[in-house]
Amino acid sequence: MSSAGYSRQVSLPHALPDSSPASLRAFLLGLPGVDEVGAVSRAAMLGTRSIKNDTKAWAIDTAISMVDLTTLEGMDTVGKVRALCAKALRPDPTDATAPSVAAVCVYGDLAGVAREAVGDGLHVAAVATAFPSGRASLDVKLIDTKEAVAAGADEIDMVIDRGAFLSGEYARVFDEIVAVKQACGHAHLKVILETGELRTLDNVRRASWLAMLAGADFIKTSTGKVTPAATPPVTLVMLEAVRDFEAATGRRIGVKAAGGIRTSKDAIKYLVLVKETAGDPWLTPDLFRFGASTLLNDLLLQRQRLATGHYSGPDYVTID
Amino acid sequence: MTENPTGRLDVRKTYKLFVGGAFPRSESGRTYEVTAADGTFLANAAKASRKDARDAVLAARKGFGAWNAATAYNRCQVLYRIAEVMEGRRDQFVADVLAAEGGSAAAAADQVDAAIDRWVWYAGWADKLAQVLGSANPVAGPYFNFSVPEPTGVVVAVAPQDSSLLGLISVIAPAVVSGNAVIVIASTARPLPAITLTEVLATSDVPGGVINVLTGDPAEMMPWLATHADVNAIDLAGITDADLAVSLERDAAGTVKRVRRPDRDPNWSADPGLSRIRDFVETKTVWHPMGV
Repeated sequence: MSSAGYSRQVSLPHALPDSSPASLRAFLLGLPGVDEVGAVSRAAMLGTRSIKNDTKAWAIDTAISMVDLTTLEGMDTVGKVRALCAKALRPDPTDATAPSVAAVCVYGDLAGVAREAVGDGLHVAAVATAFPSGRASLDVKLIDTKEAVAAGADEIDMVIDRGAFLSGEYARVFDEIVAVKQACGHAHLKVILETGELRTLDNVRRASWLAMLAGADFIKTSTGKVTPAATPPVTLVMLEAVRDFEAATGRRIGVKAAGGIRTSKDAIKYLVLVKETAGDPWLTPDLFRFGASTLLNDLLLQRQRLATGHYSGPDYVTID
Repeated sequence: MTENPTGRLDVRKTYKLFVGGAFPRSESGRTYEVTAADGTFLANAAKASRKDARDAVLAARKGFGAWNAATAYNRCQVLYRIAEVMEGRRDQFVADVLAAEGGSAAAAADQVDAAIDRWVWYAGWADKLAQVLGSANPVAGPYFNFSVPEPTGVVVAVAPQDSSLLGLISVIAPAVVSGNAVIVIASTARPLPAITLTEVLATSDVPGGVINVLTGDPAEMMPWLATHADVNAIDLAGITDADLAVSLERDAAGTVKRVRRPDRDPNWSADPGLSRIRDFVETKTVWHPMGV
């Protein structure tokens, strides 16, 4: 069956590239192409699993603990970020058994506010490097990153320069990631590929490898500002990349699916995808995250539904 | 496939639900056979599950926002437009009612006329109910004190089992006229007039989600809807099992829903009065300081 064959380890064409641009280019262009129809059908097939109630309860709590609760709007205020942090620490005020989320994700200038609000309880992720377009000089991007880290962010979500990537300047994208990683210091680096702008799954595979080779701790699908954002086939390809990267180097890289995941049902489909592609070690907030704002409310509603036996409604969760 | 007397093959119909302005199949994939009063096969109707009911609540909540925000005058026009489109499909409604309920063609036609007239009658109330149900209240202080009726939100109505069109409209119209969004569970054995009504709704101006029509077994869906925290009121007009009605009323108490119990001897052709409109509004009272 084609989809069974599909999930096999990708055999790498060459040894991992050395530091020269030519060898990086040869490696990325030599990666095997993605069977797009196979990827779509495999992701769809994994989405049809029926989940029993006790598994669902586990999945919902796991998904909550993987959420990067996000607010990335021009109209974000200090008060909004504080409210978001309170929610991140205690998602369901009526039920102390509900886990906290993994992190809050804000713009760099609000990272200090978020850090003050969550203390040491949660990670604070800040988007940097001229998010969401990434159209700024490297110096500006590095200052952006350093300021966010200095303000208290311990995770940096950077965007790659899609223009450079699409015009084949892989070395430039690579060097930029290396520089930002250095500017991060102790902070974890998540590299946003913005897969909606990369057009093909082949490009998604190349960008994933590029980011991992450059030192990313996480690879992230999207900014959430571009449609399509995270989709199951894209996430499948990225999960395969981290699995193959571990086999090649022994390093485990995380994956963050961001944008467009709004329902518990979708979130559970992603967890199935993670388990069946990368495997159990990735089913932890250290290696898999959801970037979301509205998803958390739906997870809480489903959690209340399981706890009380009846459907809950939006009046029973906070608006943001 | 059977051939009818003209030699033409029958076009057999499998109808769907009406949720959020679209016509989805039941999530469960189930259908049931609808037969005429004399037992002949009429069509297949979708048998909605509790998940369809939940989806309908989501759609209704979405539809409620815009419908509630529309001006009363606009709601009045939209509801009147439904009556206009029904009038255009009058013959189809007469045939549906005749097949579902049996009896004479004249009685079926009378019921359809009464149903259309009832839409028109309720439509007129949209911009008048505040004057009748609201009030300016004399109070002991320098305040202008007034009460206005506001829609309660999402209303679930079980349509009467016997009166397939007039009864159906008599539970939908009073709930939507004040600005509520409605989920109606059509008569189980006689759903075809309700299904034809969905085709009217889809081609009139009523926004998606304001009126949602489910077909199937109310006893299966109603316990989930009565406990659903995002439903604000339930109208049990079509619940014929007294024990079920009591248990639904008890379920609804958990989230303090408004409940309208089944009428003992409903006469759907009588003047309905305002009681059904009044049952699904909340009264908001405002104290406004007066003076210089």
